[in-house]
Amino acid sequence: MTALYDAYNRKTFPDKLLAFDEQEPLFVTESHSVITDNLNSARVWKGLEQKLHANTLNMLTCVWLSELPGSDELIFRYARKTFDSKHSIEMNFADADVLQMKKIAQKVNHERHRLIELVRFQKAADDVFFAPVSPDHNCLALTINHFKDRFRDQKWIIYDTKRNYGYYYDLKNVTEMTLDSTNLFPEGKLDEKLMAEDEKLFQDLWRGYFKAMTIKERINPKLHRQHLPQRYWKYLTEKQ
Amino acid sequence: MKAEILEKLQVLAESAKYDVSCASSGTTRKSTPGGIGSTSGWGICHSFTEDGRCVSLLKIMLTNYCIYDCAYCINRRSNDLKRATFSVSELVELTIEFYRRNYIEGLFLSSGVVNNPDYTMERMVRVVKDLRTIHRFNGYIHMKSIPGASQQLVHEAGLYSDRLSVNIEIANEQNLKMLAPEKDHDSVYKPMLYIQQGVLQNAEDRQKFRSAPRFAPAGQSTQMIIGATNESDKQILNTSVALYNRPSMKRVYYSGYIPVNAYDNRLPALKQAPLVRENRLYQADWLLRFYEFNVDEIVDDRYPDLDLEIDPKLAWALRHPEQFPIDINKADYNMILRIPGIGVKSAKLIVASRRFTRLTSYDLKKMGIVMKKAQYFITCNELTSSTVSDTSPEYIRKLLTGKKTPKGKDNQHQLTLLFD
Ligand code: SF4
Repeated sequence: MTALYDAYNRKTFPDKLLAFDEQEPLFVTESHSVITDNLNSARVWKGLEQKLHANTLNMLTCVWLSELPGSDELIFRYARKTFDSKHSIEMNFADADVLQMKKIAQKVNHERHRLIELVRFQKAADDVFFAPVSPDHNCLALTINHFKDRFRDQKWIIYDTKRNYGYYYDLKNVTEMTLDSTNLFPEGKLDEKLMAEDEKLFQDLWRGYFKAMTIKERINPKLHRQHLPQRYWKYLTEKQ
Repeated sequence: MKAEILEKLQVLAESAKYDVSCASSGTTRKSTPGGIGSTSGWGICHSFTEDGRCVSLLKIMLTNYCIYDCAYCINRRSNDLKRATFSVSELVELTIEFYRRNYIEGLFLSSGVVNNPDYTMERMVRVVKDLRTIHRFNGYIHMKSIPGASQQLVHEAGLYSDRLSVNIEIANEQNLKMLAPEKDHDSVYKPMLYIQQGVLQNAEDRQKFRSAPRFAPAGQSTQMIIGATNESDKQILNTSVALYNRPSMKRVYYSGYIPVNAYDNRLPALKQAPLVRENRLYQADWLLRFYEFNVDEIVDDRYPDLDLEIDPKLAWALRHPEQFPIDINKADYNMILRIPGIGVKSAKLIVASRRFTRLTSYDLKKMGIVMKKAQYFITCNELTSSTVSDTSPEYIRKLLTGKKTPKGKDNQHQLTLLFD
């Protein structure tokens, strides 16, 4: 956002945005370092808020969290088009950037839903329900309101093992946290010594139920994997 | 909770799994302080079985003992089968513990008939009542009402459930009586009517008093078994339309008959469940509900059964070449919906974007619209390849059903419920 502010101030628009640790490509004619400035980025965001629907703003956030290469530049171009155009560009899906924004946002949103569906809590001996996740996009934050509302009377931790941070809910508030060591749950399974007494039983019950539900006459592995992509299996109780 | 529960759970899940409905949508329920859970409004699938069906609710029977002898059911009394019964508290605890681990959205409770319909129904009501009142459970509850249950118990069930269902099972009453001598349409339609009355009455009450307790806020659903008897798709779909015309009826499910009781010679000898037909019926059902199709446009006296080779929308288009090609840039939304290969989402995208630019087939592709079928039925800015009106429906049909993919693979593809 600060980059955008600077660009408007400098009246020059970049071809490429780089993170500070990225290599500059050859043939750089000019480069400008952007120091994140909360005030200026808040200004840009405000400007966007005036021109865009709340839904579109959420979309921008999703694209940012996608962590896909080029998504920062995409947001940059999108914001620029928004500021430069008299009319709203939000519905113009014939514009490649508008369409791409929508596509990426959909992807992230899709994964957010997947997380909401596929998080599996394991109950620890201290009554905290623990769930490891490793989403492709950095979208854990987008699910927290859902879990906070749904599981408001149990303590829980949902932990992104890929990015090494998570959220802890203590029956009142949710706080972001980082664990010193992930040894407590090798491969996503809580160490048996740490499990609540009947946790193993309920896991067995769930696996037993899952197996019994399958209608053998209709088995369809392709459809199964299409709905439940293999990359999510490692933390699914029923697939262990 | 003890380990014997595992065996009970497996027996009673095995017995419940043939009911195809698993939806957990249609209502929202906010979480409450001190309560457990919430209901989100959009259906959440927590897992998928190896046959590809969504696992959203703990789908379970209270007992699989049954005094009835329905020919299409594995739980019929004449089957020699492991039987089990949950106590009310066992089932309540199981539901809550599964819910807390995010395995499920809630409970789908059905039961075999013990003693008599009301006796059975009363125990089922106790489960859902305990969940809601003692444990303040806010997850989703679907309860399958027992045919022949009294109005009072159906009413009580509606106070604690989000959705109720009564399965009609067989569209033709004569056939139903043949396979399920203890049942008739009256025993199905009566509870359906009680539910409908409850829902309508409740809507009125809640207009007067916002705080009036809700009654089955997600309405009711039902299920028909396909291929166990000789009804045509025309009969089946017309039954569906009549059902959808009833207020509160939200979904009709179609369940391809699985030959669980092959020894019973009132039933057809099938090697496999009629899965393609089942899928075509769902597609037709979608056309009725979301694509503004009339049932006579899908099946009529000339074509009483759905085409198994192609989807019902394509079949309609090929029977009506005079309606095509459709101009993507000008046609009304409801005509764009009728283009084979274009779904509701794509149709909306097209209508939204064409206000900015004239769309070309390149734009459509970029939007993610699959042109495989659509290309023969549209015109856009540029000259297109031959459309159905330049060639012939037979030719297009051949092109689209051509055996480019190996047969087995193609077959599997048809089993997915998604289509455009
Ligand atoms: S009443 Fe229900 S459980 Fe009993 S045999 Fe008939 S379908 Fe099966």
